[in-house]
Amino acid sequence: MSTPPRAVQSGRAAVAVALRVLGVTALVGVAATVWLGLFVTPPDEFMGNLVRLLYVHPPMAWVAFLAYGVASLASLLYLWPRTRAERFDRLAGASAEVGVVFTGLTLVSGSIWGRPTWGAWWVWDPLLTTTALLFVLYLGYLALRRVPGELHVRARRSAIAALIAFIDVPIVYLSVEWWRSLHQAPTVLNPTTQKTYVHGSMAWTLLLGFASFTLVYIWLTAHRYRLAELQDLEDTEGLEAALAERRAEAVAG
Amino acid sequence: MLRDAVLVAGKDLRIEVRSRVGLNQIGPFAIAVLLLFGLALGPDRRVLAPASAGLFWVAVLLSTILTVQRSYAIESADAARDGLRLSGLDPAGIFLGKASAVAAQLLVLEAALTIGVALLYGARLSGALVLVGACVAGTLGLAAVGTLYGVVASGLRVRETLLPLLFLPVVAPVLLAATKAWDEALAGTPGRAGGWLDVLVVFAVLYVAIGIVAFGPLLEDG
Repeated sequence: MSTPPRAVQSGRAAVAVALRVLGVTALVGVAATVWLGLFVTPPDEFMGNLVRLLYVHPPMAWVAFLAYGVASLASLLYLWPRTRAERFDRLAGASAEVGVVFTGLTLVSGSIWGRPTWGAWWVWDPLLTTTALLFVLYLGYLALRRVPGELHVRARRSAIAALIAFIDVPIVYLSVEWWRSLHQAPTVLNPTTQKTYVHGSMAWTLLLGFASFTLVYIWLTAHRYRLAELQDLEDTEGLEAALAERRAEAVAG
Repeated sequence: MLRDAVLVAGKDLRIEVRSRVGLNQIGPFAIAVLLLFGLALGPDRRVLAPASAGLFWVAVLLSTILTVQRSYAIESADAARDGLRLSGLDPAGIFLGKASAVAAQLLVLEAALTIGVALLYGARLSGALVLVGACVAGTLGLAAVGTLYGVVASGLRVRETLLPLLFLPVVAPVLLAATKAWDEALAGTPGRAGGWLDVLVVFAVLYVAIGIVAFGPLLEDG
């Protein structure tokens, strides 16, 4: 294997260091969110201690939707002939994978919150139903990505499948919302219409939650992207080359 | 494009008329599904009749998967797919042809299933215009998405398991809108189904348009 030029090597080392700093910052941010959310902030007037789940649930949902947005944008850039590059395909795959993880976390944390609040693990609310469908929609996308094949063939069919899925999201949301509103008036407690007193520390904790989960998203996606790059390298140049590159990165960091 | 579509649809339907796979396998499958729903929900018509719209459309969705798989199975034998690619036909025409052949078979199946839900579940058929309209628009949407994902999955070793996973979540709005339109029609208030028919039409137009654009690159890849 030929050694990459020195400039490329030092560039990669800088990226590796930046990623490590990002990872540590993200973890510290999450730890601080947990600490503030569990110990510092007061319980809510209406929801009591349940409100503490809301410091992580909306940030998780935000990351899930952000990840799908990035995946769709990257798929579009891949399909557009003038911006076609393998890096957009990898970015789409990496981002969608992180998105599916966070969609799963969103559903689980929402369910745990819903049981005591609404009295049910699940309600057929438009947002919940759309999120659940998104979860299976992108599981299908990931399953398609995992099917082996030539790189550009796999990239193109994945990009098209991603866009077919993405176009479906607003239709699903609107039709489910309409289905529910025609069905019956919401019988469950609607937390958004309640007047909730937001304590200063609560707002800050939520904001910190959003920021640190976004950092976690960037960190995970970057690593997943790097892994995809090495997998492709393994396919084309063999395992030794990929391993050597990963080790060089670790030494440099 | 349209001439090519007619050619391909004619070819697919001619194969179906001669092989009778749809008639001998997919039709009986759909009837078996209707019977199983009956067993699952019990013999009470007060339970079955109000559910018949939803059960009808779930049976249609499941049958669509089989119809699409069959539609691509006939291309995989004897390298027919390569022949199709080399034929010089417009890919958009091939898409429209295959999708309309799938839609035609599904519409025949739906006619049989309609009689099935009337007989087995005691659904009182009314609002014929809405029933037919929902069938036509909904089926076009199903056939378009099915044909599109069918070509994505067709070359792959995991096609049988991958196609349903890709297809079913995307057509959730069709199930929802078609069921609601049928509910209104069966309840004797077909006038309130208009909005749901719009959803079905928008869905069909959108996915037919995507198919016309995207089918070419997908067919090349396989």
